[in-house]
Amino acid sequence: MGLFAKLFAGKERKAKAQKFKIGMEKTRKGSLSSLRQVLLSANRIDEGLYDKLEEIFVTADIGLDTAVQFLSELRKEVKRQNLEKPMDLQNLIVDKLFDLYLKGQIVDTRIPFASEGLTVLLFVGVNGTGKTTSIAKIAHFLQTQGKRVMLAAGDTFRAGAIEQLRIWGGRLDCPVIAKSEGADPSSVIFEAIREAKKTQVDVLLCDTAGRLQNKVNLMKELDKIHRTIVRETGTPPSATYLVIDATTGQNGLSQAKVFSEVTPITGIVLTKLDGTAKGGIVLAIRNELGIPISFVGLGEKITDLSPFDIEDYIYGLFADFFETEESR
Amino acid sequence: MAFENLTKRLQMALRRLTGKTRLTETDIEEMMKEVRLSLLEADVNYQVVKDFTAEVKELALGEKIMKGLNPGEQVVKIVNEELIKLMGTDAEPIRFAEGKKTVIMMVGLQGAGKTTTAGKLGWYLRKTNAKKPLLIAADIYRPAAVDQLVTVGQKLDLPVFQMGISEKPQTIVAKGLKYADEGGFDLVIVDTAGRLHINEVLMDELLDIKKLSSPQEILLTVDAMTGQDAVNVSVAFHQALGLTGCILTKLDGDTRGGAALSIRKMTGIPIKLAGTGEKLTEIEVFHPERMASRILGMGDILSLIEKATEEIDETEAMSMMEKMMSGHFNFNDLLKQMKMVKRMGAFSGILKLLPGGSALANSDKIDDKQLVFVEAMIQSMTPEERKNPELLERSSSRRNRVAEGSGRSTTEVNRLIGMLDKQRQMMKRMAGMSPESLERMAGNLPRIDQNPTPGKGKGGFKL
Repeated sequence: MGLFAKLFAGKERKAKAQKFKIGMEKTRKGSLSSLRQVLLSANRIDEGLYDKLEEIFVTADIGLDTAVQFLSELRKEVKRQNLEKPMDLQNLIVDKLFDLYLKGQIVDTRIPFASEGLTVLLFVGVNGTGKTTSIAKIAHFLQTQGKRVMLAAGDTFRAGAIEQLRIWGGRLDCPVIAKSEGADPSSVIFEAIREAKKTQVDVLLCDTAGRLQNKVNLMKELDKIHRTIVRETGTPPSATYLVIDATTGQNGLSQAKVFSEVTPITGIVLTKLDGTAKGGIVLAIRNELGIPISFVGLGEKITDLSPFDIEDYIYGLFADFFETEESR
Repeated sequence: MAFENLTKRLQMALRRLTGKTRLTETDIEEMMKEVRLSLLEADVNYQVVKDFTAEVKELALGEKIMKGLNPGEQVVKIVNEELIKLMGTDAEPIRFAEGKKTVIMMVGLQGAGKTTTAGKLGWYLRKTNAKKPLLIAADIYRPAAVDQLVTVGQKLDLPVFQMGISEKPQTIVAKGLKYADEGGFDLVIVDTAGRLHINEVLMDELLDIKKLSSPQEILLTVDAMTGQDAVNVSVAFHQALGLTGCILTKLDGDTRGGAALSIRKMTGIPIKLAGTGEKLTEIEVFHPERMASRILGMGDILSLIEKATEEIDETEAMSMMEKMMSGHFNFNDLLKQMKMVKRMGAFSGILKLLPGGSALANSDKIDDKQLVFVEAMIQSMTPEERKNPELLERSSSRRNRVAEGSGRSTTEVNRLIGMLDKQRQMMKRMAGMSPESLERMAGNLPRIDQNPTPGKGKGGFKL
């Protein structure tokens, strides 16, 4: 039994994966990226079919490099196993996608809490990806695990950012450390760490201003924030999350690359996956830079956040395919 | 120095030797692969790329190859022209209502930059069109969105109409419009909440706002970093609301912005403005032409093609070529050659345009000053010396005189003489070569060896 079949063995899995496919629901109607249709309508495995597959992957923002690499591995496997019927590819595609993501490693998406004392989580990313909202969601997620959390309003640049975090703090009933707009973000983080230690908070979540990765001065500012955390806690942040919008195209790679140079990225928070975008760029990021996905944002509610699960994600990518398959 | 120019000559030679005057299907197909790759890397929608490359292929077949370009460059030239046509050749201004107030609705996904852009737009239209704008805060969903617009308004000294977050957006807009009439505002910009295009309830809300405000412009705010989904988003918003234009934000990043092309091609709506920085005054008219070359990602080569076709007198270039090939290349020719290069723009500028040339341009060996020095040295030579470089090679007193006359050192004069000699030898060898060995040689030329692309292989260059 291939992974494909395993993927749908349990009802539990299906229920869990249900969330992931919400976003894909609208696209697949009249969309050109129906894997099932493509495989069913092809008579044999030929160049035409590979072209269609490439289209499906590129349309999911996986990027041409990763798509081409994926397809060449698929070709090799088709040759090796002597596959002839297009539908035989179903298992293979899913298996290969797992390989592409896992790379033979065990990917642990759990938050790496500090063994003792304060756990500091740093959130970075370009403008408008949903850092502040993700922080609120993760803070809530941690609260449900019984953690005492605190938020640090490190975005002192964007108008209304501090207020936005304060409102979330109020809703979550957790303390928010903030200074005025225009204050040095490092000083906010500095104060928050002191306060968190004093009040014996478990996890401090640090918001930062959105910054485009090609702005040198802003990246230096981020470096300073990182150094402040190291200095005040004796270690780098327990985790640094790069928040990426699912609609992001190939620029996501550049984001991951450049942010990693300034502050090592533990994982990605992929937001807005409840839209029609498939967020395939994170597969390219994993493939090319090795950075895993830690969380996905799947809606506007505070509970609309899940730890990333590659099986659910693949299910979401090809939900149409799997569903019809099951109902037969 | 003049070696970069030499590369162009080499390419010309190649073309001459192969005798190609029109684009063949192979040329086009080779280049189209590169173009396709480039567009996909820029996030242009897959289907759009497919259609576009097919169209251009038809257009390019049999096209005459211009002098000074190789087949690859010629294809890029055609692609670029078609891209510009597609993007719209002129910037499209904001439409204003006549005799009454103008209403602009800002719509888009979450995080695209609507609120910031609403402020920027108000500031911009006040400056360029002497408008008296009012901003309406109709995003009641995102925490502190109203605060954000109010703060933006304060910073730009723009009044903001807001009713907090307890009223429905429809009510806020209706009251805001009335407030605008009473206050004598002639421009109203409505900041709506970010929403997914598949959220029917929220899309209906926008439709309500459209009906009650009859806007002159409904502008979709799109993040320039958007990938393949740009098509789904823009088409859905367009179908639901009938967009009149688009504003591309975060264009100051390093993204290529292929979304712009996808949106334009799939909806036909013009991209009117672009957000180009974090400051609230960083907004500008969208330039389709600049965007076209940014998306194509071959801007360097495009500028070179442009300059080459504009500035080099073709006959002059051809006679120079013949001179070089004959091996009678002298200081007069070198001077002429340099002046040609100079006409094309600052020398270091030209160098930067050549693939891989930017490294050279930054080195201290080559700069515009150097060019002036060379000119001074040549001008310090007698007419005989210029025509007959051997005179200088043989006599150190002549070399010393030139050095003194030009204010340069004798070492520099020696270097110049050595350089001319090298060029002549190379030209002589080239003249008697087969196209294949010429290609091979192009990779081995001194100095341009850091520049492996032009003249190597028939495609001309790689990305």
